[in-house]
Amino acid sequence: MAFGAFSSATPVAAEPAVRRRSPIALFLLLPGALYLSLFFLVPFVSLVLTSFKAPGEFGDIGEYDYAFKWENYVAVVQTYWPHIARSFGYAAVATVLALLFSYPLAYFIGVKLRRFPLWQALALTLVIAPFFISFLLRTLAWKQILSDEGPVVTVLQALTVLPEGAHITQTPAAVIFGLTYNFIPFMCLPIYTSLERLDLRYVEAGGDLYASPATTFMRVTLPLSMPGVISGTLLTFIPASGDYINASSAFLGAPDTAMIGNVIEANFLQLQNYPVAASLSIILMAVILIFVSAYIKRSGTEDLL
Amino acid sequence: MSMQAGAAVAETAKAVPPKPARRPFRLGVGKWGLGVYAILAFVFLLIPIVYTIVFSFNDVRRSNIVWRGFTLDNWINICQQPEVCEAFGNSILVAVVATLLATALGTAMAIALVRYRFRFRTATTLLLFLPMATPEVVLGAGLAAQFLTAGVSKGIVTIILAHTMFCISFVVVTVRARVASLDPALEEAGRDLYASPAQVFWRITFPLLLPGIIAAALLSFALSFDDFIITNFNSGAAVTFPKYVYTAATRGIPAQANVIASAVFLVAIIGVVIAQVSAGIRRKRLAKAG
Repeated sequence: MAFGAFSSATPVAAEPAVRRRSPIALFLLLPGALYLSLFFLVPFVSLVLTSFKAPGEFGDIGEYDYAFKWENYVAVVQTYWPHIARSFGYAAVATVLALLFSYPLAYFIGVKLRRFPLWQALALTLVIAPFFISFLLRTLAWKQILSDEGPVVTVLQALTVLPEGAHITQTPAAVIFGLTYNFIPFMCLPIYTSLERLDLRYVEAGGDLYASPATTFMRVTLPLSMPGVISGTLLTFIPASGDYINASSAFLGAPDTAMIGNVIEANFLQLQNYPVAASLSIILMAVILIFVSAYIKRSGTEDLL
Repeated sequence: MSMQAGAAVAETAKAVPPKPARRPFRLGVGKWGLGVYAILAFVFLLIPIVYTIVFSFNDVRRSNIVWRGFTLDNWINICQQPEVCEAFGNSILVAVVATLLATALGTAMAIALVRYRFRFRTATTLLLFLPMATPEVVLGAGLAAQFLTAGVSKGIVTIILAHTMFCISFVVVTVRARVASLDPALEEAGRDLYASPAQVFWRITFPLLLPGIIAAALLSFALSFDDFIITNFNSGAAVTFPKYVYTAATRGIPAQANVIASAVFLVAIIGVVIAQVSAGIRRKRLAKAG
């Protein structure tokens, strides 16, 4: 249900039909499985191989030979550890902020609006509305709203909250803000799905047993909505840690806010330093797989989709 | 929109039957706190959207940053900046083809996953799950490394291949839920009435799965249309709409880009709202009939 919570609001039937063995299964599965093997698995292996490559004999730009140069990883961590730390740091803060923002909203939509299905559906539409407008344009919109001549800085400087000449854009705060905003729907929807199914009689029972509302929330509501919180956390943290739009200088960041994604992009597309880009990608993927496998250990593979 | 949510809050408050006060302690926010918070949250979520739409009416030539007055010119002459229109056309082409491919491949896999027993089930599930758990930079760089090794030149075709790849998993997830909620007795009834397997599929299974398949196709289309990161690694010289915005971001984006984004947004949101309202009316009718 991890990622399923995101797109499937209809609960899966309690008793699935008996699964049969049939050659039809192979016919149905094979095209998709082959496609994913060819365009996901093979490229991944290719990325791993690239990460160990050594510069070519003649030292031409973009020319690399197959090798087992594991020192690539040491060099990459030594050079880019600030970017690696920033990526996971920014993503972690943005995930926590998105959770704090989304939980009350998801609770309102999933519990308070439960008796008004139409209002509930319209409220959900507002949550996913940012998806319908270009990711890049809405980030640029924030850039202009938060810019030095924009309304936010002007007001904050008039109130002397922000000192004269200070910026909001091109700071880590702006990057974290952008990451938070852009991934809020990913956090909100799974939590909503969990809370929407929450049986309110458990909450009532808590009250009947003289638990304070705070205790009932901590001991009943929150644990029952944990699957949604965990899915939302994964769905926010994974794309946020690999994002390079928000941190890019043309958007909300500056050179000193660059994240792993920015380094991978620059090394792959501009510098043609493929081994560096590949080994950074593998490091990013490894860290994320640690999180994901912890999740799988908790809930099993059958619930993944 | 805040009015809708506000009305919803008011209705909620009215509908709650008066309860005897059990104990004085309340969680601080009180009865209205959550509703007020939700309205503010919705306003916050909508800020950059409203900004983008408003600036599509800005009377500017090149860099759309400062407000210079209202005009409809950008909406009338969308293709005045030919690159914007060309990029938009490419995005539509990529999204349509990738959606068709991903929906076909993913729907077949979803049916197999729910209906059949087979070996390598866990492996298949992981193969479908991992692309969703992989950051886009890694997916993009991996494919680009592969195309580089294989000597494939990048362009529209490689963008389509990449988009199909990351859409399949989302199709499977969406259609799977629909297959699982399908009552097998309906298909059995068809077989009992001597329908051939093909007839059972096309006359019973497929129409019942169609809402799920359409939802999956719309999701794929949206994901493909707005994808930038994977596209950027695998596009070569080809330009999609998000890629155009990215390259234009440093030198100023023409208002026509806002027009296209706003038009796409309005079409999508109106479609969703109509679907929800009509579903709401149907629900009410069913409730009355029941």
